[in-house]
Amino acid sequence: MYSDKVMDHFQNPRNVGEIENASGVGTVGNAKCGDIMRIYLDIDENQIIRDCKFKTFGCGAAVATSSMATELVMGKSIHEALHVTNKAVMEALDGLPPVKVHCSLLAEEAIHAALWDYAEKNGIQIEGLEKPKSDISEHEEEEDY
Amino acid sequence: MSRFVYLDNAATTKTHPEVVEAMLPYFTEKYGNPSAIYDFASQSRSGVTTAREQIASLIGARTEDIYFTAGGSEADNWALKAAVEAYGNKGKHVITTAIEHHAILHTADYLEKQGCEVTYLPVDEYGMIRLSDLEAAIRPDTILVSVMFANNEIGTVQPIKEIGAIAKKHGILFHTDAVQAYGHVPINVDEMNIDMLSASGHKFNGPKGIGFLYIRKGVKIRSFVHGGAQERKRRAGTENVPGIVGMGKAAQLAKDSLDERMKYEIGLRDYLIDQVMQKIPFTRLNGHRYDRLPNNVNFSFQFIEGESLLIMLDMAGICASSGSACTSGSLDPSHVLLAIGLPHEIAHGSLRLTLSEETTKEDIDYVVENLVQIVERLRSMSPLYEDYMKKATETK
Repeated sequence: MYSDKVMDHFQNPRNVGEIENASGVGTVGNAKCGDIMRIYLDIDENQIIRDCKFKTFGCGAAVATSSMATELVMGKSIHEALHVTNKAVMEALDGLPPVKVHCSLLAEEAIHAALWDYAEKNGIQIEGLEKPKSDISEHEEEEDY
Repeated sequence: MSRFVYLDNAATTKTHPEVVEAMLPYFTEKYGNPSAIYDFASQSRSGVTTAREQIASLIGARTEDIYFTAGGSEADNWALKAAVEAYGNKGKHVITTAIEHHAILHTADYLEKQGCEVTYLPVDEYGMIRLSDLEAAIRPDTILVSVMFANNEIGTVQPIKEIGAIAKKHGILFHTDAVQAYGHVPINVDEMNIDMLSASGHKFNGPKGIGFLYIRKGVKIRSFVHGGAQERKRRAGTENVPGIVGMGKAAQLAKDSLDERMKYEIGLRDYLIDQVMQKIPFTRLNGHRYDRLPNNVNFSFQFIEGESLLIMLDMAGICASSGSACTSGSLDPSHVLLAIGLPHEIAHGSLRLTLSEETTKEDIDYVVENLVQIVERLRSMSPLYEDYMKKATETK
C-alpha cells in the first residue's frame, strides 16, 4: 500500500529525537484521531534551520511524512521552510494512499507551528505565516467539529 | 532469523489439508448438480447431506435445521432482516449489543431506517453484557435478541446460556453470531436455547465463501434469496458443493480435536499474555482474562499507534491485526475498544494476536521478543511517551 520511499522513511526515519532548548517547537494533531506530530527546530542567527528533529505518534505514513519534512527543511531559511508544503512532502515520498493524505497536512502544520513558536519567542513576524490552529500544547482539550 | 508467524486466525484460518482433499473430487469428478435426477448427481447430493450432518452434530442441532449460505455476513443479514419481516406483526423492537460485528451492526442500522427500533446493550470493561440490562431492555414488542457468542476483536465470550434462558422466558427469538466461536468452543443449541446461529467456514479451517445459518424448527423466517427450491426453499441457488463438503469436513475435524485444541491454545494464550504483561510496561489486556476465546489475545500498548506496530511486525514476518483507525480506513478506532471504555489514544494502540493449533511456544517467544523491541522503538519516537516521562520525572 505504501511506496518504497514511504517504507524507507518509516523503517529508517531521519532526524528522530528532541532538541534541547530548541529555537521553536510545534506539536500538532490529536491523539483522538491517532496522529500527533512534534517538530523541533534549531535556527541560527541568520534565520537558517541548523537542525531539525521530530517525534511522532501515528501510522506509517505519519512517521514517514515527519521524517521527510525534517529532511526538506534542514539547512533552509525560515522563509524557504514556509514553502515546504504537504504537496512537496508527498511528492518527495512518491505519493501517499488517498486515506493518508491528511498525514502530510500534519507535517506542514507541524513545521508552521514550530516556526510560529520561534517567531513568538523572538518577537518577530514571519511573512505569510499564520497562527497554527491545532497546536495541542496550547489547546489540549479543544476538539474539532 | 527470518520466520513466518501467522497470528491472525480470527481474520481467517488456513484451510486444513484434509479439507482440501475432501473438496477436490467435487470439482472434477462428482460435479453433478445435487438437484438433478440422474444417479451421477447422487454423489454430490450425498456429499452435501454428510456435510450437513457433520455441521449439525458439532452444535447438537437437527440436520434439517442447517441452511447453507455464502458466509457469516449473509447468515447475519438473513437472520435479522427475515426475523423482523416475519415477526413484524408482533413488534418492531430488536435488542443487540454495542460490540457486534459490522455484519450485525450495519444490518441493524438498515433495519432502523426501515422503521425498526434497536437497543444496543452496553458492555462492561471486559466486553461482557449485563443480564440485568438485557432484562430491562425487553419490551412487549421485542421480537429478537441478537448477541454474538464471542467477540472477534477482544475474544470475550458472552453468557449465552443465560441470555438464551431470558429470551425463552419472554418468548423472544434468540440469534447468536457464532462466527468466531463455532468449532472453537463447545456450543449446544438446545442447552443454550439458541433459535438461530450464524457461522462461517473459513474461521475454523474450512474454505472461504461458505457459511450457514442454523434455524430452529418452528422459527418462521422466510427465504432471503429467492429462486430454486434448494435448502428447503429457504435459500435458493445451486449449492456450493465443494465448499459445503469442505466446511463439513472442517466441522468434523474441529469436533474431533475440540477439547485437546482448546487446552493447547489456552495454555499458549496464557503464556503469551503473561510474557507480554511482564515484559512490556504500560500495557493493557483487552477483553476478559478467562472468559475469552482460547486463541484470542488483545493488548493496548500506551503511547503508540497500531498501524506502525503492524508494519514493524510484518517486517519481522509476523501477521497480526489492530483496532487502530488507520487500519480501518476511518478516523475512529474500533467500536469495540471504545465500547469497553478505552480512550481513543489507547484504542489506537491496540494489537490483536489470534493463535491456531499450529502455533508453537517458539513462535510465541519470537513474537514477544520482537514486540518488546518494536514497542520500545515506537515509544522512543512518540511525543506522548516523551510528555509522560517528563511529567513522571517532574513529580518525583
